[in-house]
Amino acid sequence: MSSAAPAEIQAAAEDQDSIAAIVRARWAAIRSGDVGSLPVIIGIVAITLFFSSKTSIFFTAVNFQNLIGQMAGPTVIAIGVVFVLLIGEIDLSIGFLSGLAGVAVAYYQQAGTGHDYPGLIALALAILTGIVVGFTQGSIVAFIGVPSFVVTLAGLLICQGLILKILGTEGVIGIQDKQINDIANYVLSPNTGWAVAIIFTVMLAAAAFGSYFNRRRAGLPTGNVVLTVVRVAFFAGLAFAAVHVCNQAQPRPGVPLVGLIVVFLVVLAGYVAGRTTFGRHVYAVGGNAEAARRAGINVKLIRILVFMISGAMAAMGGVILASRLNGISLESAGGGTILLDSISAAVIGGVSLFGGRGRVSGALFGGLIIGMIANGIDLVGYTDAIKLITTGAILLAAVTLDTVLRRRQAAAGR
Amino acid sequence: MNGTPRATLELRGVSKNFGSVQALREVDFEVRDGEVMALVGDNGAGKSTLIKCVAGIYSIDDGQILFDGKPVTIHGPKDAAKLGIEVVYQDLALCDNLDVVQNMYLGREARDPIFRLREAPMEQRTAETLKSLSVTTIRSVRQPVATLSGGQRQSIAVARAVLWNNRVVFLDEPTAALGVAQTRQVLDLVTRLAEQGLAVVLVSHNLVDVFEVATRISVLRLGRNVGVYEKGKTNQQEIVEAITFGTPAAEEPGVVA
Ligand SMILES: Nc1ncnc2c1ncn2[C@@H]1O[C@H](COP(=O)(O)OP(=O)(O)OP(=O)(O)O)[C@@H](O)[C@H]1O
Ligand SMILES: [Mg+2]
Repeated sequence: MSSAAPAEIQAAAEDQDSIAAIVRARWAAIRSGDVGSLPVIIGIVAITLFFSSKTSIFFTAVNFQNLIGQMAGPTVIAIGVVFVLLIGEIDLSIGFLSGLAGVAVAYYQQAGTGHDYPGLIALALAILTGIVVGFTQGSIVAFIGVPSFVVTLAGLLICQGLILKILGTEGVIGIQDKQINDIANYVLSPNTGWAVAIIFTVMLAAAAFGSYFNRRRAGLPTGNVVLTVVRVAFFAGLAFAAVHVCNQAQPRPGVPLVGLIVVFLVVLAGYVAGRTTFGRHVYAVGGNAEAARRAGINVKLIRILVFMISGAMAAMGGVILASRLNGISLESAGGGTILLDSISAAVIGGVSLFGGRGRVSGALFGGLIIGMIANGIDLVGYTDAIKLITTGAILLAAVTLDTVLRRRQAAAGR
Repeated sequence: MNGTPRATLELRGVSKNFGSVQALREVDFEVRDGEVMALVGDNGAGKSTLIKCVAGIYSIDDGQILFDGKPVTIHGPKDAAKLGIEVVYQDLALCDNLDVVQNMYLGREARDPIFRLREAPMEQRTAETLKSLSVTTIRSVRQPVATLSGGQRQSIAVARAVLWNNRVVFLDEPTAALGVAQTRQVLDLVTRLAEQGLAVVLVSHNLVDVFEVATRISVLRLGRNVGVYEKGKTNQQEIVEAITFGTPAAEEPGVVA
């Protein structure tokens, strides 16, 4: 060891960045339980093959467009779930909280009631509702120390009660406001779609190469540049492919606005989680709250903020769901599988239930898988019973995988 | 008191109870710039509790903490850090899910005005600091701490404490999990920090190590002061007796030397 010449060390360092070495390291990581996005990729391919074999409608442009609208609500809610899971907590209120926000947005735009605000104001009020509920729940968890499981279970019931109370007599509020209905139903023109794909690619490349050159200038290991290019090209390709497919859809060709909203929120939340001090502290609290506290991090504040994010995302998801149906009813407000779908999406996307591990993008991939399954089951014409059983089974599988992998990582770790 | 150099950090009559357990009873303690003060005592003597009181993890029930001769109140870890008090905890206090750089800068991340992390300088400084401490066995500063060995984790915890410009550094059994070479490094580091003018407090059960680096030795027993010994005027035998039996002076709480 001591005889190693500087040149050899240099060579070893460069060797670390070679494709072969990266593949080897990746394989070793997978074997030790750090599977990354592998289960998601396998899942997406398997589900596509399965449903395509069952029905010819599944693999069509119009169904892809439809899928985007279908998965948008749960995916946005799942973004909030990611944050909550990252600090090692759970938020069970998000289902009915999303319903409550749907009720709020419908209520505040209702014509001829004295509270018929413009669409965007109604939207802001709905999201504010989610933030207030999140703040309340988060404060109880952070200051009093009641387990989040119980606090948000109470929150679930209270939200459900409020929905019943507000919708009670009528049972339904329709949404006439164009701005609100556009959230889930507007379709971008094909050319706007292309423009979006181009902007996305430019931003992606700027981020990736910006960080590459930043590190290079600082004399830090940069990773393999070919791999960076491949990664950027891959995601840019996905964006262009998605736009292309949506532009083929009949009768209304184009990318749904809501798809853009979802991607925007995922990127924004991913940025907050991965690139800001707040995000770093979220991971720290989930990894070791006591260590975070000793490092001077305001753990209570982080917890409260995370529940506020969860509330805001649940509300946004609820608005999307209400917008999609042009109204809100007792049947659609937060019930059914919304709660489990959103939590499943995050967990399937690789976010650990045990805190501190996972990425925001997991919500998108998990949401895609959950959405594809629900969509496929509807198309094939299986009953709701099958849908419930499948969703449950998939959640169970994802949680089991998470637990097994965590044990495996712990075993390999030390 | 007039002739002696002033203490950088001083505890006067500090008490701390956990319910009915009296972890610290009217404890006096001090450390001066440029010295290594060893803090020894049997298991449960209150050494870690004393450190956590100074670090702002626990609030004290009674007594006073003075910094540069002025009374200070330390309400949380931030206050302690602001005074320049740095601690390597016995249980290390690392986040397993974060990587080495992230742990080194935890709670004090380099960022720009809009809260964006500045990773490059953090990574550079981490690599430099580890190198200056001769921590060479860590392959990448971007690997999660969970993948490190016990000794490597300890090295990270020590490195984290010296990354900042401090006045006082507490090390709670920093060599407990270390191999021979790494122990050597940490002891050398302790000496070097004191030479740089810092006040260093070393908690250790290894009296050989203590006698090698310490200038003075404070002994705690069952949460009480036994006494402070000049290294040159005592020996291991006396310290062992103080740790296990205490001294007559300490049997009467009212008597303070
Ligand atoms: N958080 C706590 N809650 C209740 N009792 C505590 C707590 N922390 C410490 N104690 C008690 O205070 C006493 C002193 O503990 P402390 O950890 O300070 O000992 P120590 O001198 O560091 O011992 P060791 O050498 O084993 O690390 C012990 O009796 C312990 O049981
Ligand atoms: Mg201790």
